[in-house]
Amino acid sequence: MNYFRTFTKGLIKENPVLVMLLGTCPTLAVTTLAMNGLGMGAATTFVLVCSNVVISLLKNFIPKQVRLPSFIVIIAGFVTFVSFMLRSNFPELYEALGVFLSLITVNCIILGRAEMFASKNNVRASFLDGLGMGLGFTLALILIGAIREVLGSGTFFGLSIGDWFQPIGFFSSPAGGFFVFGCVIALVNVLSNYKMSSKKIGCASCPNASACGQAEKGEIAE
Amino acid sequence: MNKLLVSPSPHFFTKTDTSAIMFDVILALFPALIAGIVFFGPRALIVTLVCVVSCVAFEWLVRKIMKRSNTIGDYSAVVTGVLLAFNLPPAIPIWMAVLGSFFAIVIVKQLFGGIGQNFANPAITARIILLASFGTQMTTWSKPFGYQGGVDAVASATPLADLYWANPWDLFIGNVSGCIGEVSALALLLGGIYLSFRKVINPLVPLTFIGTVFVFTWVLGENPVNHILAGGLMLGAIFMATDYATTPPVLGGKLIFALGCGIITTLIRVFGNYPEGVSFAILLMNLLTPLIDRIPMVNPIGKRKKGGAA
Repeated sequence: MNYFRTFTKGLIKENPVLVMLLGTCPTLAVTTLAMNGLGMGAATTFVLVCSNVVISLLKNFIPKQVRLPSFIVIIAGFVTFVSFMLRSNFPELYEALGVFLSLITVNCIILGRAEMFASKNNVRASFLDGLGMGLGFTLALILIGAIREVLGSGTFFGLSIGDWFQPIGFFSSPAGGFFVFGCVIALVNVLSNYKMSSKKIGCASCPNASACGQAEKGEIAE
Repeated sequence: MNKLLVSPSPHFFTKTDTSAIMFDVILALFPALIAGIVFFGPRALIVTLVCVVSCVAFEWLVRKIMKRSNTIGDYSAVVTGVLLAFNLPPAIPIWMAVLGSFFAIVIVKQLFGGIGQNFANPAITARIILLASFGTQMTTWSKPFGYQGGVDAVASATPLADLYWANPWDLFIGNVSGCIGEVSALALLLGGIYLSFRKVINPLVPLTFIGTVFVFTWVLGENPVNHILAGGLMLGAIFMATDYATTPPVLGGKLIFALGCGIITTLIRVFGNYPEGVSFAILLMNLLTPLIDRIPMVNPIGKRKKGGAA
């Protein structure tokens, strides 16, 4: 296994938010400010790395039938830890993230990596996978948050970009969130040279194809 | 002797094409433009020209960048520009009008494939984005004839804010504050009659829309006459609820569309936070149009009735 590839694939090629379209709810909800994006990304990355490592360690002890509840218990433990940490050290960020901090527990990215990667690979690979996916998530959130903050509030990480700029309130609204999200996905598609060819539509083009294994069987329609 | 040509149908073409229809719409919009200039002065004309020029320029530019055929010749961008300007207050900063044109043409129209492919009305959507972004500037109304006294942009309420006691005659003529093109019901009706006469629009659609608002505001104890004369109802019902691309194609669907528009407009006006609901109503019904299209309303030729011969 190529450990470097395991780490970098989460950044662009299999970016959890922008390519796999997981974790859309927190992405749209907390990205009105770049700082919130950074905080949400960091908290999720921490939980993702820790849960990946622990689940990878325990993968031979967790019975297959109850693996999902077991994963959730492990993830929820780390989320509780992060939420207490933020509450005592960064109360403003804690207030801004609100319920979405607790909802990291059910974030599809974390459960998805546990189910598809950590429960099948060794600790080192799982750690790198969690770190890469978490960083990809964080970068996407910071990017969307920065665009929405600059255009919608006229600030960048809380610093005013000048009085000459009239903030466009649309970008702070949920509709603006969807709009920026779509534009960034389009940008990533251009960057990763995605082409809508007939070959690529179907199971084989899915970023999860290697983990899912259905594409090789050829059972799912092209 | 090779005069006998074999070709697939259609063999006859009407002379009506997109540019002819759009030209009719532009003509029909002229009375309202003149009314806007009379009541709000040269500023109204400047805003309209800025919107038209920037809409056409964006259309040309974005088609060029996307390497598609040039479509500014069909005048649809001109219509979008005029309709957008008609939905803006006269004192709006010029750059906001340009930004609105950008949203209307580039985002709403061209990103979805250009004329005939957009699912929402470009001018309406751009107006809503501007309203959501710049609430203050979008609701700073000029008093009619205020430009003659040197007082340009005075923040004054539209008649919608205090509708019950407004003078219906002023509302009909347009001697009230409001957006550039929406104030004069008379001028808009002239345009609507011209379009119906030219068979560009079906008059049943605006009549259903306006009639629904009349009935429902009456039932809810409002002043129904003032409700149908004030705000953007005439403009929306005649020129925007009849847009070809964003409304159902068959008559039954059109009437459901107009009915829905009227109900949503009334609900927003009477119970909502915004004084005006026409633009939101039309946008919401634009989004429902694909669903309305699924209701079977036209019997295919030769379809058998249940239990009997055709």
